[in-house]
Amino acid sequence: MSVLNAKIPEGPIKDKWTNHKNKINLVNPANKRLIDVIVVGTGLAGGSAAASLAEMGYKVKAFAFQDSPRRAHSIAAQGGINAAKNYQNDGDSVYRLFYDTVKGGDYRGREANVYRLAEVSANIIDQCVAQGVPFAREYGGLLDNRSFGGVLVSRTFYAKGQTGQQLLLGAYSAMNRQIGKGKIQMYNRHEMLELVIVDGKARGIIVRNLVTGAIERHSAHAVVLATGGYGNVFFLSTNAMGSNVTAAWRAHKKGAFFANPCYTQIHPTCIPRSGDYQSKLTLMSESLRNDGRIWVPKKMEDVEAIRAGRKKPTDLSEDERDYYLERRYPAFGNLVPRDVASRAAKERCDAGFGVNQTGEAVYLDFKSAIERYGKEQATVRGEKNPSKERIIELGEEVVRTKYGNLFQMYEKIVDENPYKTPMMIYPAVHYTMGGLWVDYNLMTTIPGCYAAGEANFSDHGANRLGASALMQGLADGYFVLPYTIGDYLADEIRTGPISTDTPEFDEAEKSVVERIDTLMNINGSQSVDSFHKRLGMVMWNKVGMSRNAKGLEEAIQEIRTIREEFWKDVRIPGSKNEFNTELAKAMRVADFLELGELFAKDALHRNESCGGHFREESVELDGEQKGEAKRDDVNFKYVAAWEWNGDPGAANLHKEDLEFKDIELKQRSYK
Amino acid sequence: MSDKTMNLTLKIWRQKDAKSKGKMETYPVTGISEHMSFLEMLDVLNEQLVVEGKEPVEFDHDCREGICGMCSLHINGEAHGPDRRVTTCQLHMRMFKDGETIYIEPFRAKGFPVVKDLVVDRSAFDRIQHAGGFVSVNTSGNTIDANAIPVPKDDADEAFNAATCIGCGACVASCKNASAMLFVSAKVSQFSLLPQGKVEAKDRVMKMVKQMDLEGFGNCTNTGACEVECPKGISLDNIARMNREYLKASLK
Amino acid sequence: MKTSIARKVLMALSGFFLIVFLLQHFIINFTSVFGHGETFNSLSHFMGTSPMVQFVAQPILIFGVIFHLAMGMYLEAQNNKARNVKYVMNKPGENASWMSRNMIITGVMILLFLGLHFYDFWIPEIKTKFIDGDMSGALNGVEGTRYFHELQHKFVDVWRVIIYCLSFVFLSLHLLHGFQSAFQSVGFRNHKYLPTIKKLGNLYAVLIPAGFIFIALFHYLTQL
Repeated sequence: MSVLNAKIPEGPIKDKWTNHKNKINLVNPANKRLIDVIVVGTGLAGGSAAASLAEMGYKVKAFAFQDSPRRAHSIAAQGGINAAKNYQNDGDSVYRLFYDTVKGGDYRGREANVYRLAEVSANIIDQCVAQGVPFAREYGGLLDNRSFGGVLVSRTFYAKGQTGQQLLLGAYSAMNRQIGKGKIQMYNRHEMLELVIVDGKARGIIVRNLVTGAIERHSAHAVVLATGGYGNVFFLSTNAMGSNVTAAWRAHKKGAFFANPCYTQIHPTCIPRSGDYQSKLTLMSESLRNDGRIWVPKKMEDVEAIRAGRKKPTDLSEDERDYYLERRYPAFGNLVPRDVASRAAKERCDAGFGVNQTGEAVYLDFKSAIERYGKEQATVRGEKNPSKERIIELGEEVVRTKYGNLFQMYEKIVDENPYKTPMMIYPAVHYTMGGLWVDYNLMTTIPGCYAAGEANFSDHGANRLGASALMQGLADGYFVLPYTIGDYLADEIRTGPISTDTPEFDEAEKSVVERIDTLMNINGSQSVDSFHKRLGMVMWNKVGMSRNAKGLEEAIQEIRTIREEFWKDVRIPGSKNEFNTELAKAMRVADFLELGELFAKDALHRNESCGGHFREESVELDGEQKGEAKRDDVNFKYVAAWEWNGDPGAANLHKEDLEFKDIELKQRSYK
Repeated sequence: MSDKTMNLTLKIWRQKDAKSKGKMETYPVTGISEHMSFLEMLDVLNEQLVVEGKEPVEFDHDCREGICGMCSLHINGEAHGPDRRVTTCQLHMRMFKDGETIYIEPFRAKGFPVVKDLVVDRSAFDRIQHAGGFVSVNTSGNTIDANAIPVPKDDADEAFNAATCIGCGACVASCKNASAMLFVSAKVSQFSLLPQGKVEAKDRVMKMVKQMDLEGFGNCTNTGACEVECPKGISLDNIARMNREYLKASLK
Repeated sequence: MKTSIARKVLMALSGFFLIVFLLQHFIINFTSVFGHGETFNSLSHFMGTSPMVQFVAQPILIFGVIFHLAMGMYLEAQNNKARNVKYVMNKPGENASWMSRNMIITGVMILLFLGLHFYDFWIPEIKTKFIDGDMSGALNGVEGTRYFHELQHKFVDVWRVIIYCLSFVFLSLHLLHGFQSAFQSVGFRNHKYLPTIKKLGNLYAVLIPAGFIFIALFHYLTQL
């Protein structure tokens, strides 16, 4: 039997969570005041967890590397949040949301967790509305919904293109209430650099004050890591510049298993890179694919002419364009899932048809939509025989009301008018489904160390559906973790305050100080960013959208080489006892350089294609699905949880077999 | 698209830490693409400084897509630079001319002390929110159904517009009095427009205004500079609404 | 008085009061351009001798002026402190009008003018009425009423006319921001009636000072 015990409660799936909650140990209010909980990260999961725990009576210390909890990258989520409310009366239910999420995750998520997520989703909306989150409403004053990401119901609640911002500000306001009462002690501009284990339990963390450089010790009866995803291992991603894996990686090195690191979501509609100086990629909402058609030129000479500026995309006739998604997937066309759309764009660009200077861009064209809407409008307004210009004018108006803010953002960045010329897009790393392995209670393999939100692996399997990340973050933080943590803390009421003056804290602090000193003393010749960029290139080219054994083996070697060079030749100016962003970045990149290898190792071992993980060796060889991803349920229907063993390459694999009792396993098809 | 490059002279505020005195220093940068964002241009400068063994310029930034509110900078005499409705991370170099001299300073206000170089401490904004920037509801999930209280669409939209504030502090930085009224009023407005927030409206506005004053921000003289420079276009209507809320609260 | 908003509301209320006073002052003065100032004389006599005006309205007005002035100075000092380190490069003109940023300058100019204005009219008035005890309003030695005569007398000197006209320009600049700003301060603003308030404010801020300038020039020119 595996060392992994997911602790999934017994009973039918729809009763598991209720029964479990009823049986969970409780801590009485007087005792809660004696218990400290550390929460690292203040995004949707961390912020909501910190607020809820403090409200319940625990003494909470919350940590953020940014200057305020409100800056966490949850704020950048655009589209919306799913909830099985069935306000639209279109047949939505907890089961349907559960089913869609498991299927969308390509059957690599844990059923019981996903069901619970669907179950509490409705509460999230109630909670947020009560907090004053201004969701979009209809004229009757009730909440509006939109549909999203290929599902068959409208269950997505939204606040224009800024849903993440509004939800995070909601969680932040709940935190503020507790900070004001003194129940949360907030540490801004503090970065966790080590987890402290005492007698096998997580008992505290070592942090660096990013303003003064001081190393601090903080103890607690339990530690919650809600530190987000690790997409920045690719250097270029839609993540914030500061998003990092360090807290999770430190926990991993102290015994927390890291699950499915290779599951990465590559979002198809991002603004392409414009040059080597680029620091970050910007997402354009998935909703654009509802009206935009994706194409590249059919002929290579047209590609060259466009790159050289001799031709414009608008010069090409319909016959000269290759609408490759419509060609390959006639049933779903431009609306195939994110992973499929991304791979198809890469396939065309790899074949040399990329339409910008870097060769990594395809067109997203709204011309047809503008004409279609224009004609529709003309009819609605009773305009007979409208001119072509008039049709375009009317059509642009419609498109403007639907996507105006996105078009404006595109124009600000690219300096081209997307109403007149097609947008250029390219896939970019967006979200990581993998993360710290957790059981049903969200506890990692280290007792007392929990992981919530994107930092854990639990709910999205190998691919996440649109508008589900926000749902998971808040579900974990508001409604799951605050209960399940009680089960563990109930045994801690007699422990008393945890001293930071112990050999374990000494040791942990010493290791951090040594790591910093080593980095500061290298005095090499290359900047931290230059290493990060090199790592990102390897990850993108060989561990990116499509992967093969040879490339992955090479990647592992290359990452090792970069890592060794990093520790010999990195240059960090300034001193450790001051505000020093280069040092902070170096600490993060050092961990990315280890994670990257485990990431590739995981991708190498998983010789199947599932969700965001595509192995060129595992494709359908014939039939209608020829060339498409092929999942292997016989050999890979498990969670790969990696145990640290002194070196990323030496990690031990543990498997948690996935059971599908309530949903039948099926191959996805979009033909 | 064309790929023009330019050479620039940067005049940047350097200050070792909160206690030290700072001064403007001059740095030339070359080969800057017009497609770079302003912060990417600073990345280029910093890369250059690191390789030369000098200390890079510290500046706050995170999401680089105009929503986290972490980036700041007073560029050529304006918060977030010469473009409108953008944060510094969304400001592009095509707004500048080859050979131009660009002044880069931290947001200046007594309420925003400099931490280092261009980094300022905006925790005053957090403390104002601690004083009352919330609805007092527990996160039990056992609240009433989300659709139990209909909210007129206009009110919901208006509340949303106020709630889009990213807390960057450009309003304070561009106000000649370093007043924080636009920021505070956006939060007060969001809640006072929604039935869920109305219950505590009186208490909230009193507490938040009190904290705002304690933080050392100046008085609002209705110049409207904040609204012009706000990257999210938060309206002066919100300040009027807060004044109203305050009057109502103090007369009751 | 304790918070920034309370202070700005009081600033606005005193401003409103002064705006109303100014309108009243203008209407009475404007009567001086008709005929030989008969209406002006009778109105002036009423204002100058009515106990309600002299002992109730006038002290309130003086208090209003002093309050507006003192509070303005106090706020300016506070606001200066709120930015202890100034920008090396600042372009305030990019985001706010000159008028809104320089209320203290236009305000102080108006204050200086008030000094002259008091010296010209108010102090002699008080002396005649309350020190010399002459409440008759009669011209010394000659037949007739003195107010119109005194008014005309002041607008003979070209330098005084120029100073008066310049001061009205400052008054206009002060009002161009002050009028709508006062509405904003008491919370009377939204997108519906904002354009009306702005128009009304601009109209007032231009017409009233222009009217005063007209009166000054009228008397100067008619006496050439």
